Amino acid sequence: MDISNVKGRIFDIQKYSVHDGPGIRTIVFLKGCALRCRWCCNPESQSFDFQHMNTPNGSKLIGRDVTAGEVFDEVKKDFAYYRRSGGGLTLSGGEMLLQPEFSLALLKLAKSHGINTAVESTGFAQFETIEKLLPYIDTYLLDIKHTNGVKHKEFTGQDNSLILQNAVKIAQLSKKCIVRVPTIPTFNDTAEEIREIARFAKNQMRVSEMNLLPYHRLGKDKYTGLGRDYLMGEILPPADEHMEMLKKVCEEEGMKAKIGG
Amino acid sequence: MNYETMEKIKITPRVQHLRDMLFEKMPEIEADRAVIVTESYKETENLPIIKRRSHAFRSIMEKLPITIREGELIVGSNTKMPRSCQTYPEYSFEWLDAELDTVETRSADPFYIAEDTKKTLKEVHKYWQGRTTSDLATSYMAPEALKAIEHNIFTTGNYFYNGVGHLCVQYDKVLAIGYLGIKKEAEEQLKKVDVACSYYAARRSFLEAVIESCDAAITYANRYADLAEEMAKSESGARKEELLQIARNCRKVPANGAESFYEACQSFWFVQMLIQTEGSGHSISPGRFDTYMYPYFKKDYESGKLTLEFAQELVDCLWIKLNDLNKVRDAVSAEGFAGYSLFQNLIVGGQTPDGKDSTNELSYICLNATLHILLPQPSISIRVWNGSPTELLIMAAHVTRTGVGLPAYYNDEVIIPSMLSRGVSLEDARNYCIIGCVEPQAPGKTDGWHDAAFFNMLRPLELVFSNGKSKGEQISIKTGEIDSLDTYEKFFKAYEAQMDYMIKLLVNSDNAIDKAHARRCPLPFLSAMVEDCIGRGKSVQEGGAVYNFKGPQGLGIANMADALYAVKTLVYDEKKYTLAEVKAALEANFSGDAPVVSAEDVTIKIAGELGNKNVELNEEIIREIYKNVKEAQGGSSDPRFAQLLEDINALPKFGNDNDVVDEFAREAAYTYTRPMEQYKNPRGGMFQAGLYPVSANVPLGAQTGATPDGRLAFTPIADGVSPAAGRDVNGPTAAANSVSKLDHGIASNGTLFNMKFHPSALKGDEGLYNFVSLIRAYFDRKGMHVQFNVVSRETLIDAQKNPENYKNLVVRVAGYSALFTTLSRSLQDDIINRTEQQSF
Repeated sequence: MDISNVKGRIFDIQKYSVHDGPGIRTIVFLKGCALRCRWCCNPESQSFDFQHMNTPNGSKLIGRDVTAGEVFDEVKKDFAYYRRSGGGLTLSGGEMLLQPEFSLALLKLAKSHGINTAVESTGFAQFETIEKLLPYIDTYLLDIKHTNGVKHKEFTGQDNSLILQNAVKIAQLSKKCIVRVPTIPTFNDTAEEIREIARFAKNQMRVSEMNLLPYHRLGKDKYTGLGRDYLMGEILPPADEHMEMLKKVCEEEGMKAKIGG
Repeated sequence: MNYETMEKIKITPRVQHLRDMLFEKMPEIEADRAVIVTESYKETENLPIIKRRSHAFRSIMEKLPITIREGELIVGSNTKMPRSCQTYPEYSFEWLDAELDTVETRSADPFYIAEDTKKTLKEVHKYWQGRTTSDLATSYMAPEALKAIEHNIFTTGNYFYNGVGHLCVQYDKVLAIGYLGIKKEAEEQLKKVDVACSYYAARRSFLEAVIESCDAAITYANRYADLAEEMAKSESGARKEELLQIARNCRKVPANGAESFYEACQSFWFVQMLIQTEGSGHSISPGRFDTYMYPYFKKDYESGKLTLEFAQELVDCLWIKLNDLNKVRDAVSAEGFAGYSLFQNLIVGGQTPDGKDSTNELSYICLNATLHILLPQPSISIRVWNGSPTELLIMAAHVTRTGVGLPAYYNDEVIIPSMLSRGVSLEDARNYCIIGCVEPQAPGKTDGWHDAAFFNMLRPLELVFSNGKSKGEQISIKTGEIDSLDTYEKFFKAYEAQMDYMIKLLVNSDNAIDKAHARRCPLPFLSAMVEDCIGRGKSVQEGGAVYNFKGPQGLGIANMADALYAVKTLVYDEKKYTLAEVKAALEANFSGDAPVVSAEDVTIKIAGELGNKNVELNEEIIREIYKNVKEAQGGSSDPRFAQLLEDINALPKFGNDNDVVDEFAREAAYTYTRPMEQYKNPRGGMFQAGLYPVSANVPLGAQTGATPDGRLAFTPIADGVSPAAGRDVNGPTAAANSVSKLDHGIASNGTLFNMKFHPSALKGDEGLYNFVSLIRAYFDRKGMHVQFNVVSRETLIDAQKNPENYKNLVVRVAGYSALFTTLSRSLQDDIINRTEQQSF
């Protein structure tokens, strides 16, 4: 079958993304995720099913069934910007690993047009699935949220052992892997917790780059729109000074660290 | 050079003090020039006009009060108070007479005026009745053109009331040989004028006027030398030395060629300021300052006489002086040009006439000066081509990030071919600079008459719906009752016909004004610095320049694209509505729900404008206007109208990289740009269209009813070639792609694309690199110009109040971006606070 015809389910395409992988990028958000992170700023991404979400402009249907070819037609419109900036396509979600055929088709289409590729992923899937995609991914942005399995399960709904096992293999086999840590107060924002992640990245994964993504509340309205409770309550984003301190912790462990993507 | 080097050179306390002084008081109107010019004119009734002009200029140079402000290194001010202005009654005075008591309290660009000054001006103005350029221009115009102006199809008000300006003169020539050198050239030419030649009288008068003007400028500089010497007597220490240096500079330049960088700066300033004292035209643009000043900089810098720090301070001082000049406009024009702007455009970078990159240390110093001063003048611009160093663009991006709205970015790869197509030579085209807002020009040899009119492209669309009537009066051709327009092709042809007819009237009006300036206000001092006036023995206004253009601008491309697409789709393709229903809905402003602007406000506005045009107003007329406005805002309320608006709003719009709609924008632009090419101006050149608004999209919108793109009555029309406000919702690359699909080359008088960014998009070094890449890629796709508005806290607060204008405003953080206006109030407040702290 022509890979352009592979079907998938997305909920958004966002252009001029400048904080998610190198250069100017177009992010394709795939619908459906195995994790249920409490802080998730895209709660409409979690379920694979179509959903209605109330927005200031009325009720909006979340989810769109598309072919890889249709999505790629949108992606390639910004070719000039990728070429000048070293940017390209980023697959995000949800979790792109839950739609592996569709993700593979999009990544292949991009590579065949000379477009740089990146994924933002939890790494939560059977490694055989991940392995097939790796040759077509230039930058793997891999979330490592916690090294403690219990806490991980409490805040994301899933144990972290599969993720940590995959992380080591992804780091070894991918062209470039960057560890991303959503830095969430009450979950993982102490110096000790961040240090543990940095050590894992350095010693087990043997990667050198980390991004610390400070918690923000920009997705809060969407919970209301979906009729869900916002479990983070009134927790405030971490202060700039605190983020700087955590960055230093990573650097002490020999990692190149950055606040933001 | 790079940003890191420049960052170490800080603003000096002197410059900071000069900057503070600019804003200590409200700008003031001074009457000295008006008095001197009037006296001079009374003495010269029997002389040819060009000699009357040089006589007046000489009188001004001899008598205008002079002042050296505290701490200045570069001197020359045409007003006693900073940021104040003189007036120019020879162009027009009626509006000022009428506004003397309101000019201090008006909303756009107010000026203080002393009671004495009012009295003096009223007295002086008596002389000018029937003698101004605007009086003569009116008498030259066709009655149909006057009617079209009365009905707000277009306005030629700028040059109707003021001088033309919009030039870049031969700064390099004055720097090299001084006014004594130019005078000598005129004297040589004078010897060659054959007494038996039919042009003898005109040529001789002109060349004599040039000579008199050169002498006058030298006299003026010498008065400054005297004043500096006088002031030095009562000073001691460093300031005494500075004043004595100022005196030496002013004795030497601009009479002679400059030798040092400091002298070159002083000479440059006299040229810049004196042109704006001779005539009232704005957009006197310094152009390629980093190029013509460079030899003087290089010589001093390389020999160790000049440090980067001192060069920076001198350039900073010039930037202050550029903000010290001012101009009072009539109340309506003041809204169209809001912000006291003189549009003195100064451009850095780009190619040399032989096609190499011209970037040098001064290019960086100029951008750094804007970072230091953070004021609107000069309107700093940057030329970009494939050979532009990335370091220079990063330096420029640092300026953009401050939110000052500067610099504007221009694409050599579009502008140079565009100028070639207009008959400009390859060397001259590569040497282009920008005049005023966005208008390309071959410096030193062009009279571009840029900014010649604002043409509202939505009004001819209204004329299609009304079969040529406006407010019940037949002011245009009949293109058929709407039920006869039974195919989209017929509808579009009717629009083209209305456009063609109104463009013709615009040409008529502009040419009348052109002729009036040649007859009543030729400018001998200006003409001394424009090639080939001395050679041809004529002023700029009579066609003395090598290149002569006239560039009126069209507004409303995005609205027209969206409107034509909506009409084609809903009326002709889907047949969901009839054209008559659309017409009724437009007249009712789509149902008459709460209008965006209240009927009271609109009435006040209209009455104000009529007042400015000296239409007599009484209570009855005002009540009538109010009634009409109320009716236009929706007397009838049909549920179908609201449905139509909803259907229109659901259609794709220009600015989202949709090929189908974007094609309508191309076609809409052609209805303005193509007819314009066939017309000639009285100076022997052609018309060339521009597509940019200055700030006229707001007042012109206030004169326009609802339109089929879903734009409500009296709201602003789209700005330049940018998408209509809030209609581009797919991000900056999609908007840039749509805009780049227009044919920019044919709009050789310039196009303007405005983009709005939240500071989060430019965060960090990577933010700047990506920003530069965005510009490069837009230019790869043949965009012509782009400028950026990096929003401030205040803008975000405005966005909370008026979300419909900010639908495209995106806040970006890693992994997430949100449309600002779709967030809840509390999250918006959070972002506003973070924007203030620059913490994203």
